[in-house]
Amino acid sequence: MSATTGAGADLVLLPDDVEEDLRASLDRALAARCTPARVAAAYDGDESLAGELWTALVDLGLPALLVPEEHGGAGAGAREAAAVLDVLARHAAPVPYLSSAVVAATTLTALGAGGLLGDLAAGGTAALLVPATLHRADDVVPLVRHDDGTVSGSVRSVTGVAGGVPAGVLLVPVAGPDGADGADGADGAALVAVRPGDPGVDVAPVVSLDMTAPLADVRLDRAPATELPGDARAAVSAGLAAGAALGASALAGTATWALTTTVAYLQQRRQFGRVVGGYQALKHRLADLYAEVEQATATARYAAAALAADDPDLAVATAVAQSWCSEVAVHATEEAVQLHGGLGMTWEHPCHLHLKRARAGALVLGSPAAHRDDLATLVDLPPPHPDQGGSPSWT
Amino acid sequence: MTTAGPAAGHRADLEARVDALLAAHDPATTERQAFLDARYDAGLAWVHVPEGHGGLGLPRALQPVVDDRLGAAGAPDNDPRRNGIGLGMAAPTILAFGTPAQQERLLRPLWTGREIWCQLFSEPGAGSDLAAVATRAIPDGDRWRVTGQKVWTSSAHLADRALLLARTDPDAPKHRGLTYFALDMRQPGVEVRPLRQLTGEAEFNEVFLTDAVVDDADRLGDVGAGWQVANATLMSERVAIGSGAAREAGMLGVVADAWRTAPSGHRTADAHQRLLRLWVESEALRTTGMRLAQKLAAGAPGPEGSAMKLGFARLAQQLSSLEVELRGDDGLRYDDWTLRRPDQVDMTGRDTGYRYLRAKGNSIEGGTSEVLRNIIAERVLGLPSEHRVDKDVAWKDLPR
Ligand SMILES: Cc1cc2nc3c(=O)[nH]c(=O)nc-3n(C[C@H](O)[C@H](O)[C@H](O)COP(=O)(O)OP(=O)(O)OC[C@H]3O[C@@H](n4cnc5c(N)ncnc54)[C@H](O)[C@@H]3O)c2cc1C
Repeated sequence: MSATTGAGADLVLLPDDVEEDLRASLDRALAARCTPARVAAAYDGDESLAGELWTALVDLGLPALLVPEEHGGAGAGAREAAAVLDVLARHAAPVPYLSSAVVAATTLTALGAGGLLGDLAAGGTAALLVPATLHRADDVVPLVRHDDGTVSGSVRSVTGVAGGVPAGVLLVPVAGPDGADGADGADGAALVAVRPGDPGVDVAPVVSLDMTAPLADVRLDRAPATELPGDARAAVSAGLAAGAALGASALAGTATWALTTTVAYLQQRRQFGRVVGGYQALKHRLADLYAEVEQATATARYAAAALAADDPDLAVATAVAQSWCSEVAVHATEEAVQLHGGLGMTWEHPCHLHLKRARAGALVLGSPAAHRDDLATLVDLPPPHPDQGGSPSWT
Repeated sequence: MTTAGPAAGHRADLEARVDALLAAHDPATTERQAFLDARYDAGLAWVHVPEGHGGLGLPRALQPVVDDRLGAAGAPDNDPRRNGIGLGMAAPTILAFGTPAQQERLLRPLWTGREIWCQLFSEPGAGSDLAAVATRAIPDGDRWRVTGQKVWTSSAHLADRALLLARTDPDAPKHRGLTYFALDMRQPGVEVRPLRQLTGEAEFNEVFLTDAVVDDADRLGDVGAGWQVANATLMSERVAIGSGAAREAGMLGVVADAWRTAPSGHRTADAHQRLLRLWVESEALRTTGMRLAQKLAAGAPGPEGSAMKLGFARLAQQLSSLEVELRGDDGLRYDDWTLRRPDQVDMTGRDTGYRYLRAKGNSIEGGTSEVLRNIIAERVLGLPSEHRVDKDVAWKDLPR
């Protein structure tokens, strides 16, 4: 499909009352518990906050948002899940909502894996076992499946697997049994479920740049695995696509936090006998940043709306939102640190929590460059080929 | 072709002096501190400094002649990174404003590393607006008693001495009521508390001064002339922070290596163009640094140093950010969040994430990039200054 003018023109980008209520109640639940000091504690090894927050999310029914009603879920839309991600980001909440309630839930829904979906709706967690930076099912390197029903192999830097709320189930892309053809595709590729507590499963947490989305290296050595029937490639594709489309809302939330917090600070910080925010050099920078952040919010909402409506423009919308929101989130949080001066460089001030989220979040589910590469194909703007076309003629 | 004239003569003379030092103090058998003392006494510590203070009054550009020859002979150096503030800021300030007695007393332990220095300038209410400092110094016989709170003080936990800017006349307008001192940090009135930084470590500190004592003999410059002295320190600081080194030294080298060793999937066309642009920019900054050094050889640093520091901060931040992307999933990992109190900032020894985070400070420490832009606009380009409400009012009457 080529790019069309007015694509997705009927998608609604403003929140409705239901979404506003959802935002308000989540914001209240987080404001009470998710203090910067407790978030920062994760960097010193105390991850107790995550469990408390997850319980609060479960009480609000939020992990069930994307689970279909027939599996005990809320059967709500991507727009609501995007709103949740946005609010969670504004509080730098260390919960695996994106990896479990979005990526894993969408993957399992595509497979029609009812039992596991029921667990997720009830507050259980799952994670797709692929590198955190991956956003295309084509790039998955499947692990080895043995004839005896076990799997082996390792994956580095996976998100949602370790941390205060570790995944209850790992969804593992595997090749056919010992290379043989299977029933589900020419190569027998499938998704299997592995339980982290089982023998042969080694989950090694790593020190992460963003400890609110902790990573782990996972090694499986003949780990017991249960095959999940269905089209594995399509399911992984759907899970990653939903993650990328909605992850942009988390980035937009981070950017929004950075802008509003910085504006508030510069409205009260005085130097040279004046409120610093009154200097035109800073006012113009903040005005530019505001424009960037507004655009980030719009692209993120557009991607969420496209996902909710299964709009044909979804792939373009995601590439745009991911590449734009990633860069704006990084820029906004960098500006926040800079404009808070020495205070922004300290551990006490929450700026750094959001800077780390933005910098790491920009790489998770595909870097801005990777999403621009996708866009090049989607809108037919192929990259230059140095070996094509010969040299220009001067005659 | 060799250069004829005085420079060549200096070079031969310097080489002879180095050889004489090495002959009298074999680095293999001489204790490190003793070697550094001897080097100082031989005038080979910093050749541009006057004789008697570790130098020979020669052009600064000749220093490498000494350093290279001593390095080749395996002689110890004075570990300059450990005392960056002492060497980069305290020394030029003492040389410009210190009395002969102060120079005699302070410079030798400074250069030989016996005394580490920190800079007690910033306060919670006085950062960019440094002239607003509230820390009071009150005369008490031939001494001063100092009370106040300083913040973001790098290396205070290691320091023996401090460059202190304090208010001595609250009734004068803020720029005129300041006085500058060299404070002894090892005394009961000085309390240093670690302040953790976004990298996880406590590189800087809060410093509480409660009736700390400083002799009038340790005052640098006249009473009330602290602002002029502080400005000289700041100019030196900006030059010290901004001056570049060899091609592909420092951050560019790290990122260039990251590119050369990156898996092909990370070597996108986009990253390649960014890297090449930054390579060019590094070279532009390096050559600017060369020009600046040559200008400096002729005189004191002027506001031009601000442009160097501005460019340096921008480059360090862009390079370290690009590196995070080039490292792929390694960019998502961090080496160590443990709270530590490091001896020095180690940009090349730590990992990608550390470099990314620490580089954020480059545009804040030593004057923010915004303040440097104002300085360039007003003092270099001569553009009109912003409307000021605080210039001619007594400090005590300023709104706070
Ligand atoms: C890593 C690090 C190490 C440091 N080490 C030392 C040290 O050893 N000793 C020491 O004394 N200090 C040190 N500092 C302090 C540093 O010099 C101050 O943080 C800096 O001068 C800024 O002051 P501030 O933090 O109060 O920010 P503020 O002055 O409050 O500035 C807040 C924001 O407003 C902007 N702003 C302020 N005024 C203007 C204006 N007129 N026009 C436009 N923008 C403006 C600033 O650029 C900044 O972005 C260190 C700081 C850091 C980050």
